[in-house]
Amino acid sequence: MTGPATIFDRPNTYIGQPTPRQDTDRLLQGRGKYVDDVQLPRMVHAAFHRSPHAHAKIVSIDVSAAKAMPGVIAIYTGKDLAETVTPYVGVLTHLAGLRSAPQHPIAVDVARWQGEPVVMVVATSRALAEDAVEVIEVEYDPLPAACDAETALDASAPVIHKDFGSNLAWERLVDVGDVEAALKAEGVTVVEREFRFGRHTGVTLEPRSAVCDYDPSENQLTMYYSGQAPHMMQVILSKHLGVPEENVRVISNDVGGSFGIKIHTYGDEVAAAAVAKLLKRPVKFTADRHESFLTDIHARDHVVTGKMGVDANGKIVAIDFDDLTGIGPFSMYPRTSAIECNQVLNLTGAPYDLENYRARGRVVFQNKNMMCQYRAVGHPIAMAICDGLIEDAARAINIDPVEMRRRNLMRDDSYPRASASGMKLDDLSHQKALDRLVEIMDYEALRADQEEARKKGIHRGIGFVSMVEVTNPSPMFYGIGGAPIASQDGATARLDAGGALHISSSVTEQGQGTNAILAQIAAGVFGVPIERVKVTTGDTATVPYGGGTWASRGAGIGGEAMLQAAHALKEQVLDVAAVMLQAEADTLDIRNGAVVDAKNGTERMPLADLARTVYYRGNELPSDLNPELIATRHYRVTDFPFVFTNGAMAAHVEVDTDTGFTKVLGFWAVEDCGRVINPMLVDEQVRGGVVQGIGGALYEECIYSEDGQMLNTTMADYMVPMAAEMPDIVVSHIETPSKTSVLGAKGAGEAGTGGAPAALLNAVNDALAPLDTSIWQMPMTPERILKVLGKV
Amino acid sequence: MTQTQSIQLTVNGEPVNASVPVRMNLVDFLRQELGLTGSHVGCEHGVCGACTIEVDGAPIRGCLMLAVQANGATVTTVEGLADTDRADALKAAFRDRNALQCGFCTPGMLTSALSYVESGGPADRTAIREHISGNYCRCTGYQAIVDAICDVIGKEAKS
Repeated sequence: MTGPATIFDRPNTYIGQPTPRQDTDRLLQGRGKYVDDVQLPRMVHAAFHRSPHAHAKIVSIDVSAAKAMPGVIAIYTGKDLAETVTPYVGVLTHLAGLRSAPQHPIAVDVARWQGEPVVMVVATSRALAEDAVEVIEVEYDPLPAACDAETALDASAPVIHKDFGSNLAWERLVDVGDVEAALKAEGVTVVEREFRFGRHTGVTLEPRSAVCDYDPSENQLTMYYSGQAPHMMQVILSKHLGVPEENVRVISNDVGGSFGIKIHTYGDEVAAAAVAKLLKRPVKFTADRHESFLTDIHARDHVVTGKMGVDANGKIVAIDFDDLTGIGPFSMYPRTSAIECNQVLNLTGAPYDLENYRARGRVVFQNKNMMCQYRAVGHPIAMAICDGLIEDAARAINIDPVEMRRRNLMRDDSYPRASASGMKLDDLSHQKALDRLVEIMDYEALRADQEEARKKGIHRGIGFVSMVEVTNPSPMFYGIGGAPIASQDGATARLDAGGALHISSSVTEQGQGTNAILAQIAAGVFGVPIERVKVTTGDTATVPYGGGTWASRGAGIGGEAMLQAAHALKEQVLDVAAVMLQAEADTLDIRNGAVVDAKNGTERMPLADLARTVYYRGNELPSDLNPELIATRHYRVTDFPFVFTNGAMAAHVEVDTDTGFTKVLGFWAVEDCGRVINPMLVDEQVRGGVVQGIGGALYEECIYSEDGQMLNTTMADYMVPMAAEMPDIVVSHIETPSKTSVLGAKGAGEAGTGGAPAALLNAVNDALAPLDTSIWQMPMTPERILKVLGKV
Repeated sequence: MTQTQSIQLTVNGEPVNASVPVRMNLVDFLRQELGLTGSHVGCEHGVCGACTIEVDGAPIRGCLMLAVQANGATVTTVEGLADTDRADALKAAFRDRNALQCGFCTPGMLTSALSYVESGGPADRTAIREHISGNYCRCTGYQAIVDAICDVIGKEAKS
């Protein structure tokens, strides 16, 4: 990649600095603007009657009493809205064979999961809308439900979509080398385990929320959207509501956490848009916490049978596994619910030098809430399968787990290369990361402590993971399959008349610090103090076209576009300055908001003087000079489907064998996300990610009854990590810049969530090893640990 | 259900007279009737702590108190904290440590942290973690929040 070479050592570069975010003061003063804060004139509020059954025919709906309730404006059933909204189907052509049925925002005739919207009430307040929901009479005829993914493919299971003949949504097989022969070879030890990964969900503290407004005079639909991909939403609303794309504006202001949850098409949000159009006035829908648990996408829910063969030297000879995952009654639109399984097949074993690899994935429909992409899609499963089996095998042949990895990790000097599953890999540093990890955690001291503790009957364990993370996806992720999801992003840089820099970008902010790193990049590359940079993101009416922030792509893709735009603007400004100063452009530079001599930094002209001359007194410029004080650039990843990062993590735990409780004593993460733009923000991404990973490993689970009722839909019953249980997390970086861009940044947002569960699983099993038992189910709740200990 | 009652209270130093539905909780009243949207609603059942505000000097859950129960009370929200210098040191420490990401938990977290600092809590990480365990943060993993609170207590101890 060619481009400006000197951007990283410029006098006022901010790249690599732990610069505090500019927008935190606003949030700390209660001046954030989240969707539920939006109050528009004539706005009305939506509430939903949702199916209490996992699977039921809707026999009749009586809304007469509800219509008479105070404040009620209108009531809609699925049939009513089907006249306004065309159905959608969550398939992608590159996931060959994936099928799903047409989906409506509100169920028509049949409800297929508990929580599916069945009737929508619109009233003058949310409270009055809820009052009316309570008196709606819906007669259901319960149908046999296929709730359990493991039996959903049985011949006797009820088929959710009759035309399909079975509940199979998608199946993929990867078969590389000769797994059978490798596993049967002499001297090979084979370990085999059944892994279970429970369903969990994002629990964004700000619930999903949408305010939709429609102005018939201009056929203009505006959505205030708590989400990650405004341009994707624009296309979807346009397509299914029949409003021209250019007449749909999607605005994403502050987003109170997303983690992949708020990037999908939810029926209640589409219904709010449709009803805004029908009523020609603003409609607000904000999910309450019960609705969030029932309808925010769930994730994971995999049952995996996995085998690994290792030779006497600890070299992995083969990995062989079968993954079954339940996705709910539909594949989520438009990203589909097959991506997680696909990722598991792509990523398992990817850090290791491996010749024989076989994996089968099956994605099945079931009558539960839908499953889709949540932070670190597929990674926790893929890493736990491989690194869980590695440590299991290491125990079987009595090799230290770190040594076992050293014998199998891809060498740092072996790139570019591919994984056994065919993923193209470059610029990774597994060996360095593991070495660093062992150093910062003081591995030997922890082992000595473990020995001492065991003598006292205290069961401590140390577990590791070496991992990859998919970041900076190219068009090969979604665009190739026909999804209206941009893989490129754009950035604009504009010099205003006062000499300040205004930047805008199509990547979005949900708290990661996207806006902050965009400002850091632009300020340094262009040459102004960061206080003079104003950032705009999250509005389809004003920002360049692009994908948004997901799949750890904001910094790597949006950041590179910003770098290129800021550099282009700098060159344009210097061309103007050269004419005004009668100098050669390449002898000038921009530093601290002024045009200076590149050689000695002597100030020649403040940017404000240059801009004011251009904007106000163009008569002073030669008539053949056409100054452009704005530049836009776009960037996409080429040559690679994804830009992988790598990391190594370790967990230190203590398992109380009387109560089954696991306490996390320490956690270390070494991460190589290429060039670090803001080390403080990256560290915090890693820490927050690790804690979500700890949640998935130890606490979080959407618990369903056999008949498809989710049983823990309150925050008191669904446990997420709280401050008191969490350890301090030590983060360290290796920087191997990606060669795919000048910036060299890879993503960092998901590694912690992807890697921590495997490290935790290994640590708990290390603690349990002297007791001759082990656990292979997440979350590793006290009850499950007591079960494997034979105590309950 | 739609029965109303008159209340008088002080919110962020200003007198407020209002007629409120008796079933309306305090945080909805602050957000919807007074436009004080800095207090957030995360769970509506007293678990997440996003709506933590000060009532008569004590941190309480705005979703577990009815607006009518605040009759005669003195209420301070994050907007009120912003108008005085009481929380300035904490806000600066939160910024410098990046002790917030999406910011949704932040007003409640700040209020809880302030009660710890003002009550003379020590710079003890375990004690701080216990104190803020009534406030969910889904983004940070809490460490930076603990760091920020420690920073403020450490600075106060020095000065």
